[in-house]
Amino acid sequence: MLAHLPILQVIVPLMAAPLCLFLTRPRLVWLFTLIASGLAFLISCILLQQVMTTGTVIYELGGWDAPWGIEYRIDQLSAFLLLIISAISTVVLFAAHTSIRQEIPADRHTLFYVLYLLCLAGMLGIVATGDAFNVFVFLEISSLSTYALIALGKDRRALWASYQYLIMGTIGATFILIGIGLMYQMTGTLNMDDLSRRLPEVAQTRTVFTAFAFVIVGICLKLAMFPLHLWLPNAYAYAPSIVTAFLAATATKVAIYLLIRFTFSVFGLSFSFTHLPLQILFLVLGLLGIFVASTAAIYQTNIKHLFAYSSIAQIGYMIVGFSVSTVAGLTATLLHLFNHALMKGALFLALGAVMYRIGSVQLNHFQGLGRQMPLTMAAIVIGGLSLIGVPLTVGFVSKWYLVLAVIENGWWPVAVLILLGSLLAIVYVWRIVEIAYFKPALAGTETIKEAPLSFLIPVWILVLANIYFGVDTRLSVQVAQAASQSLFGLSP
Amino acid sequence: MLMGLYNYWVVVVLMMVGFYIVIAHGNLIKKIVGLIIFQTSVFIFYISMAKVDGGTAPILAEGIKLYSNPLPHVLILTAIVVGIATTALALALAVRIKEAYGSIEEEEIQKKDNQDC
Amino acid sequence: MAFLVGVAFAIVWMKDLLAVIMLLGIYGLLSASFFVAMDAVDVAFTEASVGAGISTLLMLVAIALTGRAEHPARHKPLLALAVVIFTGSLLIYGTLDMPYFGLAEAPIHQHVAPRYINDSMQEIGVPNIVTSVLASYRAFDTFGEAVVIFTAGMGVLALLSVARRREDDAKIDLLNIPMHEQHLIPRIVIKMLIPFILLFAFYVQFHGDFGPGGGFQAGVIFAAAIFLYTMLFGMSTAHRVINQSFIQMLAATGVLLYGSVGVVSLLNGKEFFDYSALSADPVGGQHLGILLIELGVGITVASTMVIIFFNFADRKEYPQRKKD
Repeated sequence: MLAHLPILQVIVPLMAAPLCLFLTRPRLVWLFTLIASGLAFLISCILLQQVMTTGTVIYELGGWDAPWGIEYRIDQLSAFLLLIISAISTVVLFAAHTSIRQEIPADRHTLFYVLYLLCLAGMLGIVATGDAFNVFVFLEISSLSTYALIALGKDRRALWASYQYLIMGTIGATFILIGIGLMYQMTGTLNMDDLSRRLPEVAQTRTVFTAFAFVIVGICLKLAMFPLHLWLPNAYAYAPSIVTAFLAATATKVAIYLLIRFTFSVFGLSFSFTHLPLQILFLVLGLLGIFVASTAAIYQTNIKHLFAYSSIAQIGYMIVGFSVSTVAGLTATLLHLFNHALMKGALFLALGAVMYRIGSVQLNHFQGLGRQMPLTMAAIVIGGLSLIGVPLTVGFVSKWYLVLAVIENGWWPVAVLILLGSLLAIVYVWRIVEIAYFKPALAGTETIKEAPLSFLIPVWILVLANIYFGVDTRLSVQVAQAASQSLFGLSP
Repeated sequence: MLMGLYNYWVVVVLMMVGFYIVIAHGNLIKKIVGLIIFQTSVFIFYISMAKVDGGTAPILAEGIKLYSNPLPHVLILTAIVVGIATTALALALAVRIKEAYGSIEEEEIQKKDNQDC
Repeated sequence: MAFLVGVAFAIVWMKDLLAVIMLLGIYGLLSASFFVAMDAVDVAFTEASVGAGISTLLMLVAIALTGRAEHPARHKPLLALAVVIFTGSLLIYGTLDMPYFGLAEAPIHQHVAPRYINDSMQEIGVPNIVTSVLASYRAFDTFGEAVVIFTAGMGVLALLSVARRREDDAKIDLLNIPMHEQHLIPRIVIKMLIPFILLFAFYVQFHGDFGPGGGFQAGVIFAAAIFLYTMLFGMSTAHRVINQSFIQMLAATGVLLYGSVGVVSLLNGKEFFDYSALSADPVGGQHLGILLIELGVGITVASTMVIIFFNFADRKEYPQRKKD
């Protein structure tokens, strides 16, 4: 069975989704979903181990060899992503049963789990595949289920946010489709590995340049990279809490993965970075994203909005690391990918607990919560500290590597700007702390209790992971370094 | 050159008409129509590149040597299905928005949202 | 081609959404006939049934729920125009180095495709190359496609489904009776037509190996027969014939049937979707595999289309229960 792990990784959640419809009791469906996601997590652990010891794993679907059939190709980068996605999904699911009872009408519960599993399978499929068109198909599976999941939110604005996301997402996907078509036209193949061998021959043509532009713009729409980020804050703010926690920790990561995959593996380093002014463009946009989004975060009154803007800012950090285009820079990006998933997973899940108890995540409703829900608020504070990049948290590790990478390139001003961006994070995190701990509780809220265990356990698993990987960086740094070295074509 | 690329240029024009409808119009249904035109034009683009002069439909038969390329056809079959799936979901959202906001005009919805805040 | 451009521009200017949707149907039909000219018969078949059929129908039901007039005000047309012109010129720029239209020496026809054309008969034994590629070489894409449509069905269900009650049905039945008597002739004609449509759907389903057709097209035709029935006999009659939760299970079964073909090959120690695991003779295995997965696609598509359509229509017939 070991040889079939790459396909099982995707097929387990994918087949579990329709099976859910045959189970009658919501509790049963939840357990089943949890088991499916847990299995996916186990598989991803074994796969990562396999890839780290023996190198890239290739799996040919239908037994047809690569450019004719579709192949799954798992290298260090994809194994790393698979692990992040399935781990977050499993942890978040622990709280799902409690959370959606409050936020989603009862007759939709089974559908929620079906869509959740489809979304998970879609993202895993994007990461595992080695075929450009297959990426598009699985991108649509994950996007369509995401739109529906967001629209399940209680507020009517969830519908509007979902619609806007659908339009933007479909334009993005169609752009990617055009790009893939142009690439196919010039090379006659859809397999990524094969493309990377055949593209250099035609790299000078205007068609390939256009293909590149369309793929990158399409991905950036999905990525919510500044200035294409407008759909993200509302989508995150009005979706059900579980969905927000899951998406915030994984969806943009998958888009970053695609960006790295296409620029480094498919088009190749020399084409992407020497041919085009991509480096300076991404650097500027990344930095602008950090500052504009962090400033916007400071002025939000809805905490989900606040952290959504902070997500856009964090994407900015990843883009900066990417634009450095050295092994060190890419390592920093990958580390931040991992660490940011941990932070945002913990934060949004803790917000879900607040939502469960007080039914709102408006900033002014947080008054006195520091005493009423001490464990949940402590989790939010630690998550916030991690966002800022305080030592002993994961946020510090990735900022540290990012600053080192930037300085190594001699970009001193950029390093200073990154540190300034962290100051803005202090401001918005402090606003929450101030209100939750230093303001008296609102009248009539004395009955608010600590969140139930089904929330506290997953939240604290993520929080402790935040601290653990902040102190013991061996695992994450080792994998991230190996992945970026292999992308640069160096053997680790 | 003119004849060799004429087909692609027409496709580009079609794509851009669809794209324009999506971004410039405020009516939600009209936006979806634009999206369909945009996607359909991409299909036309894929199918155009599969054509071989003098070729026939890729169904094997005696005495025929030249076939058009079947692979883009397969891709577009998949893409059409993805397109209709997106359309169905978008329309369902539009219906729900109409019920919740009483309108399917972008500006009016935006206005009502601002009042909510 | 010029027609297509004309229709597209007409859609931009039209304010009446009903007319826009009719034009969209024409657009779908025109592109389908263009696909025939381009030798893509399978695609044309699908585009005709989807672009001109299903999506037009769904659009019509949707505007029945949302209203058909478009507001004249447009926001930022100049900015939009600029974006569009920029994107368009980038694309035109990209076409300049393209191989010319119809050129047999283009790289696209040289690398991967020749194997499909030359070897698929020995390897798979199905004359329709599109079917071979779709169902065997790239079977996983097609599985993804079935899952996409299943996802859409579930999404629509999550957005639109309404809880129905028996007394509502009874009330609507009363309303429906006089309407039905008025439409006596079409009812009889369509009653006679439906078996033929279903028969045709089965033909398309199983004939896909030799001519254009296959699971997806058959599913759409099958669903169309049910739509026709519904339109004339009313939702409540249709609900009595087709049970909602049954049809959901059916959609799930379709996906599972497709997937389990892959699982069977896994259990036999072959790669996922390697049909040679299904039978001792590899070509026979291919035949069986293609048959089964096409059936899976057909079931999924037909039942998902019915789910989507019923939920839109239910939304219209039970307006009193909009708040869920």
